Amino acid sequence: MLAKQLTVFIENRTGRLCEVLNVLKQNKVNILSLSLADTTEYGLLRLIVDQPALGKEKLTENGFSSLLSEVSIIKIPHKAGSLQELLKAIEEGGVNIEYMYGLSIEDDEAYVVLKASDAAKIEEIFADYEITTVSSEHLHGLN
Amino acid sequence: MIWSKEETLPREELEKLQLERLQETVHRVYAKVAPYRAKMDAAGVKPEDIQSLADLKKLPFVTKQDMRDTYPFGLFAVDRDELVRIHASSGTTGKPTVVGYTKKDLEIWTECVSRIACMGGASSHDVAQICFGYGMFTGALGLHYGLENIGAVIVPSSTGNSEKQIMYMQDFETSLLVATPSYALRLAEVAREMGVDPIKDLKVKIALVGSEMLTDAMREEMHKYWGKDLLITSNYGMSELMGPGVSGECTELCGMHINEDYFLPEIIDPATGEVLPAGEKGELVITCIKKEGIPLIRYRTKDITRLFYEPCKCGRTFCRMENLSGRSDDMLKIRGVNVFPSQIEEVILGVEELGPHYEIILERDGYLDKMTIKVELAQSTDSFSVLERISTTVRNKLRVILGLDAKVLLVSPNTLQRFEGKAKRVKDLRNK
Repeated sequence: MLAKQLTVFIENRTGRLCEVLNVLKQNKVNILSLSLADTTEYGLLRLIVDQPALGKEKLTENGFSSLLSEVSIIKIPHKAGSLQELLKAIEEGGVNIEYMYGLSIEDDEAYVVLKASDAAKIEEIFADYEITTVSSEHLHGLN
Repeated sequence: MIWSKEETLPREELEKLQLERLQETVHRVYAKVAPYRAKMDAAGVKPEDIQSLADLKKLPFVTKQDMRDTYPFGLFAVDRDELVRIHASSGTTGKPTVVGYTKKDLEIWTECVSRIACMGGASSHDVAQICFGYGMFTGALGLHYGLENIGAVIVPSSTGNSEKQIMYMQDFETSLLVATPSYALRLAEVAREMGVDPIKDLKVKIALVGSEMLTDAMREEMHKYWGKDLLITSNYGMSELMGPGVSGECTELCGMHINEDYFLPEIIDPATGEVLPAGEKGELVITCIKKEGIPLIRYRTKDITRLFYEPCKCGRTFCRMENLSGRSDDMLKIRGVNVFPSQIEEVILGVEELGPHYEIILERDGYLDKMTIKVELAQSTDSFSVLERISTTVRNKLRVILGLDAKVLLVSPNTLQRFEGKAKRVKDLRNK
């Protein structure tokens, strides 16, 4: 299962990130996980939110360059070594990970968000190894 | 449709007419305009020396500076009583340049614009919305009278209040848009923001664009926003010569036909002033051969183009000038390389993910010039590799075309300044 990720292009300028968050706040879009990566000139804010479509619409209305793309949200046990085991499976399947970030919600479970170089193939790997993936809505339900 | 029979005169007859008119004009200005007499005397040329069109090159040039030096009416060839209208350039640097029209001048102006409107696909069935600023600027009133003369319905909406412009387009079923290319793009953006699709919800079929360069890339960008079926023709003019109506593109889209029975074109090397043969690129010089108010002789337009005399499929015999590729005074000197902003624009518009709005910033870093290009991202991405590819593509293309390295700065949509008239895209901070 693939989940929706909301990505926002942000110039490196004081207050710009706050402006993005303000748009989300005003439209009651809740952030479940985020990753902010940057170069000297600009950054990409990647978000898992409870209402991705609404978030994108409102950001576009407010002049932000944003995009919905598909990523995998994978449920793993909240214990040492579980992320390594997941990556080993993906590596054996020959798929490259473009980026990854994580969140842990409950005592015994954690989630990682990752973008694979090959979306179809990673689904096969997940099926073969019986790895559980969830939707961003599902994630929201856990809160 | 061809508006008047003069447009198809055989070249021989046309040249005979041009010579008669040139001789008459030169005699008249020599007799009536003191600064001209002084210039011609200094150059050792008398009106009688003009025996053929080739003798034109004996006459001295006139520049914008000459108009400023004689501000406001020094180059006028008629008494104040004969004038019926005054226009002036914006005069962003120093005094404006002032031009005056007699009744006959206004008739010719209307005639010239009627021709270029028909050339560009307009007809009496059109509803023409004029999104040029009305006032001292010649653009709006020139197109206004010319289009009205061919029987189109005029919507004199001027510039600004873009939401209202879109409302007029919807409610009046505007079929023809008069605007600068950049404002036409801005209007499409505003329409989309209002939930109006310029292609489906509006009836604009023709765009007569002018007062700004129309590059091929800009034309493509306009098609992207306004639909591939929009007929876009550019037209050319300047207040010093008359206003719009000096030349216009016909529907064959192969350059702008110059109204040669009123305007005599030459191409010169901007550095030496030497006349270049047909087909070579250089600065356009125009002589007004049938003007009463202010008949400029060998006026240096500063616009860079070339002329083609081969017959056009449309049937007109008037020569064509290529769409402008720059202005000799817009030309930037960066690390010793001559750069026209239009060259940079071509590169930017060739990259799919980039929007049409950009800014060129020039700075001095020690003894070296540094060029930064800010450009809006039109399509978003979730990957740095895409952003890097965009920047690298622009940099590489600029390096190939100009031999210069530039820093490319991607910015969010709608963050760069928008312009309703001529776009000012270059910020030269090198001497500050």
